[in-house]
Amino acid sequence: MKTLLLAAAAATLATSAMAQDVVRMGTEGAYPPYNFINDDGEIDGFEREVGDELCTRAELTCEWVSNDWDSIIPNLTSGNYDTIIAGMSITAERDEVIDFTDPYFPPAASAYASTMDMDPMSADAVVAAQTNTIQAAHVAESGATLLEFATPDEAVAAVRNGEADAIFADKDFLVPIVDEDSDMSFVGEDVALGDGIGIGLRESDDELEATFNEAIASMKEDGTLNTMITEWFGEDAITFE
Amino acid sequence: MMCAEELGAYGLRSLGIGERLLPRSDITLCDQVVLIGSGMIWNVYFGVLALAAGFFLATLLALGKAATSAWIRKPADWFVFLFRGSPLFIQFFLAYEAFVRLPDSIGVGLFGAEGADLGWLTRAYAGALVVLFFNTSAYAGEIFYGALRSVPKGDLEAADAYGLTGFTRFRRIVWPTMLRLAWPAYTNEAIFLFHATTLVFFSGFPAWRQQGDALYYASYFADKTFNPFIPYPIVALYFIVLTLIVISLFSAAGRRLNRHLPSSERPRRPRAIGQLIR
Amino acid sequence: MFEYCSDPSALDGARWLSCYLTNGVHLRFYSSFGTVLLLLAITAPLALAFGFLGAAASRSSVAPLRWAGKTYTAMVRGVPDIVFFLFFVIALDQAFEWMRHQALCPGWDAPIRQGAEFNVCPEAKLPRSSAPQAWHEAYNFSLAIVTFAIVFGAFAANVLYGAMRAVPRAQMETAAAYGMTERQAFRRILVPQMWVYALPGLSNLWMILIKATPLLFLLGVEDIVYWAREIGGSKTSAFSYPHPDWRIWYFSGLLVFYLIFTKISEIVLAQLTARLSAGQATAEGERLRRAAPAGPAA
Repeated sequence: MKTLLLAAAAATLATSAMAQDVVRMGTEGAYPPYNFINDDGEIDGFEREVGDELCTRAELTCEWVSNDWDSIIPNLTSGNYDTIIAGMSITAERDEVIDFTDPYFPPAASAYASTMDMDPMSADAVVAAQTNTIQAAHVAESGATLLEFATPDEAVAAVRNGEADAIFADKDFLVPIVDEDSDMSFVGEDVALGDGIGIGLRESDDELEATFNEAIASMKEDGTLNTMITEWFGEDAITFE
Repeated sequence: MMCAEELGAYGLRSLGIGERLLPRSDITLCDQVVLIGSGMIWNVYFGVLALAAGFFLATLLALGKAATSAWIRKPADWFVFLFRGSPLFIQFFLAYEAFVRLPDSIGVGLFGAEGADLGWLTRAYAGALVVLFFNTSAYAGEIFYGALRSVPKGDLEAADAYGLTGFTRFRRIVWPTMLRLAWPAYTNEAIFLFHATTLVFFSGFPAWRQQGDALYYASYFADKTFNPFIPYPIVALYFIVLTLIVISLFSAAGRRLNRHLPSSERPRRPRAIGQLIR
Repeated sequence: MFEYCSDPSALDGARWLSCYLTNGVHLRFYSSFGTVLLLLAITAPLALAFGFLGAAASRSSVAPLRWAGKTYTAMVRGVPDIVFFLFFVIALDQAFEWMRHQALCPGWDAPIRQGAEFNVCPEAKLPRSSAPQAWHEAYNFSLAIVTFAIVFGAFAANVLYGAMRAVPRAQMETAAAYGMTERQAFRRILVPQMWVYALPGLSNLWMILIKATPLLFLLGVEDIVYWAREIGGSKTSAFSYPHPDWRIWYFSGLLVFYLIFTKISEIVLAQLTARLSAGQATAEGERLRRAAPAGPAA
């Protein structure tokens, strides 16, 4: 109870400063189409567009920063930016340390892609995934051999060069890759992981969380969010009802 | 009390023995200490084998660099330059990429449709070891070469006077003196090599079945607990202990190399002057 | 960059390449070489300063100072640099903010640590969250520099400590005989003379420093490795310049860059050694003295 009160006190103090302050949006910049660095060297992608729209609606000044995936949460909790908007699925583990807004992207399917016809769940399958993702944790539990890479790019490269039998990643990340590579196709069943993608925030930033939730709700209501999802992820993408 | 339970479960996890799944929730200090310690097995493995094998190649490289024939000297020079002049991080990356391509490009056709089985080179235990072996050979080769040039003229003249020639002269006079002179710098090289083993799973080589080195597990815990201030200092402590062990082993060997000298002439401790610290 | 680059998908061959190599990300990639060189240029003297302090502390007659100096050099030497890089930047950042917090917000009563969180008052944030992005980047960059300097300062301390011991004792005894205090002798005799003994070690350290720069991306600096990885990775048609995985080419480019850079450094340092050795009571100085033609010392 005491910690709750203190957290609330901190939150009120923080809000007084928030009004004129800039909200710093942390992202990875290496996970197209969610977020990536475009050819002009700027942060671009679905999340950039959603984030900017959210900031406009909430009347916040937002500044985008990119940060390595591995240290993206420690840098949020130590205050180097105020939000994580980096395709981060809401999971119980993460929720213990940071807070999430309501999802701005529905629980997305994760999928296996491979250059051959294989069963990604079998014990002798070698499946590549990005280190420290829910997909990596899933592969470790599935019984297949997990092969971990620092970036999703390297995991895809490993499948192409035969180092791994399959890659397990967000389906939306894999769709353009599979579409453009005739050798690669989806194998096995899609798996639904996580509770959707939300904006990560410090637990003490209740005010900011409420502001973003409101903005997300309004974007869901007037259909802008669904429009953006189909724009970036194609007509078949899962949208909010 | 002494993390007995964790020791049983994760003590050899880095080799694939014990619990298949890593701890995911309620991570205790014991979990971290044991699992990171288990990862140290790989750091020691890479360090010891690369150092042992590198010692011989380094001697050859030093002799090659000192050779009069350009056909021997140039390749040795280039080898040393290539591995000393570029960051290990980039060497690991390029080596992994090269090893991955190897079987496709030469194996297929030559050894049938499957190609020669060079797949093991893309695995860290072999591929990274090769890189570390070449790397430490180049550094130690340069150190040995420097020492070779400093072998006192008097020693060589004495060898000549005793009628020693060729390999006997090298083995009994030149080589021991070279080692004696190079030893402090070589000790430093060994320390650096052990430190360099932390890069294996960091650039290029992927971890299989979550079997990695100490740093791999530390970053796993840093990610799971979202707190970098516990696992990384644990790695640091392990490495301080490892460094102390390396120093004591090397100084024991150094004392053996110097045992014929009167005690006043024995270097009391490794001197920092002019020594190559990588 | 060029006029014909407005529609990359219509280009091919050399034109495509010329546009590709001059697009926004590539310009940032090229400028990151400058970032690395700048970092080296600032880190080297700073590390030397840390090293000097460490070495001076290690030979201090005040015991706690001596222990501090020795612990500093021994500890950093015993731990792989990468391990420091992985948590030091956040630690350093929090340490600075904590100190500012103590100074600027005495009335703040909420706890700074709440679970994993680290909350200081807004005034103590470094830089203030409303500061322009450039300040944030500059701050990150200086944290990286300080981290590098602390780590390599320990190695420099080791080298300088050895160099100070290598200055012939007779020199210091003569200084004492001339009535100099210990301090004067340190400043006027020991420090000027130690450099020639320290140079081989310091040259080496410079080489190590160069070769540690690929780890800069761990410190949050968008360095050449960061961009090589970023740009080289395969790009789908969501990008203006789609291409397969080209990282091996970019990394080969980095390899060449480092080889050239170390080669140049080697040549320059060899010349510097020759110059510093002149007039010194060392074997090399003696060799130079004999080789020089008779006449006034240059």
